Amino acid sequence: MIQFLAKRFLQIFPAFIGITLLTFSLVHLIPGDPVELLAGERGIDPARHEQMKKAMGLDKPLAVQYLQYITNVFKGDLGKSFVTKKPVLKEFMTLFPATLELSFCAMIFAVLFGLPAGVIAGVKRGTVFDHSVMTVSLTGYSMPIFWWGLLLILFFSVNLGWTPVSGRLSALYWIDADTGFMLIDAFRSDEQGAFKSALSHLILPSIVLGTIPLAVIARMTRSSMLEVLQEDYVRTARAKGLSPARVIMIHALRNALIPVITVIGLQVGVLLAGAILTETIFAWPGVGKWIVESINRRDYPVVQGGILIISSLIIFVNLLVDILYGIVNPRISRA
Amino acid sequence: MNQAIVIKEKNIPITENETVPPHPLKEFWKYFSENRGAVIGLYFIAGAILCAIFADIIAPHSPFNQYRSAILQPPFWMEGGNTEFILGTDDVGRDILSRLIFGARLSLFVGVIVVTLSLAAGIILGVTAGYFGGFYETVVMRLMDIMLALPSLLLAMAIVAILGPSLQNAILAIAIVVLPHYVRLTRASIIAEKNKDYVTASRVSGAGPLRMMFNVLLPNCMAPLIVQATLGFSAAILDAAALGFLGMGAQPPTPEWGAMLANSLQFIQRAWWVVTFPGVAILLTVLAFNLAGDGLRDALDPKMKR
Repeated sequence: MIQFLAKRFLQIFPAFIGITLLTFSLVHLIPGDPVELLAGERGIDPARHEQMKKAMGLDKPLAVQYLQYITNVFKGDLGKSFVTKKPVLKEFMTLFPATLELSFCAMIFAVLFGLPAGVIAGVKRGTVFDHSVMTVSLTGYSMPIFWWGLLLILFFSVNLGWTPVSGRLSALYWIDADTGFMLIDAFRSDEQGAFKSALSHLILPSIVLGTIPLAVIARMTRSSMLEVLQEDYVRTARAKGLSPARVIMIHALRNALIPVITVIGLQVGVLLAGAILTETIFAWPGVGKWIVESINRRDYPVVQGGILIISSLIIFVNLLVDILYGIVNPRISRA
Repeated sequence: MNQAIVIKEKNIPITENETVPPHPLKEFWKYFSENRGAVIGLYFIAGAILCAIFADIIAPHSPFNQYRSAILQPPFWMEGGNTEFILGTDDVGRDILSRLIFGARLSLFVGVIVVTLSLAAGIILGVTAGYFGGFYETVVMRLMDIMLALPSLLLAMAIVAILGPSLQNAILAIAIVVLPHYVRLTRASIIAEKNKDYVTASRVSGAGPLRMMFNVLLPNCMAPLIVQATLGFSAAILDAAALGFLGMGAQPPTPEWGAMLANSLQFIQRAWWVVTFPGVAILLTVLAFNLAGDGLRDALDPKMKR
C-alpha cells in the first residue's frame, strides 16, 4: 500500500511540470511580447520598453525564465492581473468558494438522481423505466449546457418567475462574506430570507452544471449494476434466501459502486469545465467566468495562473480518487 | 480417410445460404439495424448532411440578409408570424431557418476537419508509440496524460487565447484537445495485436516497420477507432458550439449554431425562438452522432453481440 501511494505521488510531478511548461509557454507563444501587452494600445517608447523587459526578467534565456517562473509558483506568486493589478492567487481565492459551492451542489444533484436512477434501471433491465432512464441520460450527455441554461432561465425564471435569472443573492440583502460560501454566510447572518434567496439562486445553475455528470453517473451505475448482478456471489446470496432489497442494496451495490466512485472523481474536471459555461450564463461570480473574462480582456497573467491552479487541482483530485480506489479495491494497490 | 470425409461432406444437403458467410457489411448492418436508436441517428445524420450540401437550394433566404421590416418576427404558427420566415427572424431580421440550415454546413465541417486531423495525428502517434515502445512511448503517453488532465474546454480556450478567436483556430484547438483519446486507443489496440501469430508471421517474412505498422497491424485496430471517431463528431460539434457561444469560435455574422446563441440572453424575454432553435439543432445533431456511435460500438464489438 505504501509503495503504491509513493509511486502514485511520484507520478504527479511530471504532470505538474508539464502543466507549468504549458502555462509558461502560453505567454511566450502569444504574438507580441508581454511588455507590449502590458502597454496596451497606446504603445511604448523603445527605451522604456527595454527597461521594463529587464525589470520583468524577459531579457534572460528562456530556461532561466522558466526556473524563475517555477520558483515563483512554488512561493505562491502567480503574478498580478493586468487589469485589476491584484495578485492572481488572491483573486482566485476570493472567487473559488463560489465555484466550489456551485460544483458541490451540482454534484449532489447528479449523485442524488443519477445513482438511484442507474440502480433501478439496472435492476429492472428492459423495462419502460430502464429505457426512459437511458434515453434521458443520453440526451443529457448530448446537451449543450449553455443552451440548457438559457432554456431553463426562459422557462422557470422568465415564464414562471420561480427562480432568479442570475447572480448569487438578491440585491436586497447584504451579507458579510466570512467563508465565501453564500449558503453558509446567509444562514449565519441575521437577514431574514437571505438563505432562501441564496438557495433559489443556486437551483438552476446546479441543475445545469449537474446534467452531464448526472447522465454519466446514471449510465455507469446501470452498466456496473448489470455486471455485478450476473456474478455468482449474487446468485448465492439470492439462493440463501436473502430479500431482494438486501441483495441489491448491500451485496450488489457495494461492488457496483467501485467504478462509479472513479467516474464521480473524474467528473471534477467536467464540472470545472462546465462551470466556465454555467457561470457565464448565470453571471455567477466564480472562477470560470473570471477566466472567460480574462481571455476576452487578454489579461494573460490571470489566464496563465487560472489554468495552472485549475489543472493542478484536477491532478490532485485524480490522485485522491486513485488512492481511494486503492483503498476500496485492494487488488489495485497490490498490482 | 481424407477422401471419405470429403465425400461425406458433399453428401450433406446444405443450402447455399448457410455455407457462404454473409458479406461483412451485410452482417454489420444486421447488428447495427437491431438498434433502433442508432438507425434513427444515422437517418438524422444523413438528413443533416443533405441539408449541408444543398443549403443554397433548401434555405428560403440568405443567412446574412437582414430584413429590416421583419425584426424579431415570431415563427409562422404564432400571432404576427408568417410562412415567409418559418422559424421567425433574429434581432437584425435574419431568417433563423436559413441560418440553421447554413449552420449545419459549418457544424458538420467542424466535425469532419476535427475528426480527420485528430484521427490522423492520433493514429500516427499511437501506432508508433505502441510499436516502438521504450522511451519514445513514455514521452508520448506522459504528454497525453497531461493533456487529459485538463478539461477539454479549458485547454481549447487556452489555445484560442494564444491563436486568437476564429473558427479555424477553434477547430485546431479542439483537434489538439481530443488527440489523447485517439492516441491511447490506438496504442492499446496495437499492443494487444502486436504479439499475435499473424504479426510474427509477417515479420518473419520480412515486412519492414512501416508495412508492419500501417498494413499489418492498423487494419485490425480500426474498430474502436471508428467508434471513437463517430463519438468524436459529437464532441467536436459540442465544443465548437461552446467556443462560439463564448465568443472564442466562429465570429458574427457567421451562422454558427453556438455563435447564434451568444447574444440571445438579452432577447430571452421578448423572443424565445431566437434562444430555442439553434440549441435544438445542436442537441439533435450531437444526439444523433452519439446514438449512431453507440450502435456502431455494439455492431463492431464482438463481445457485445448476442
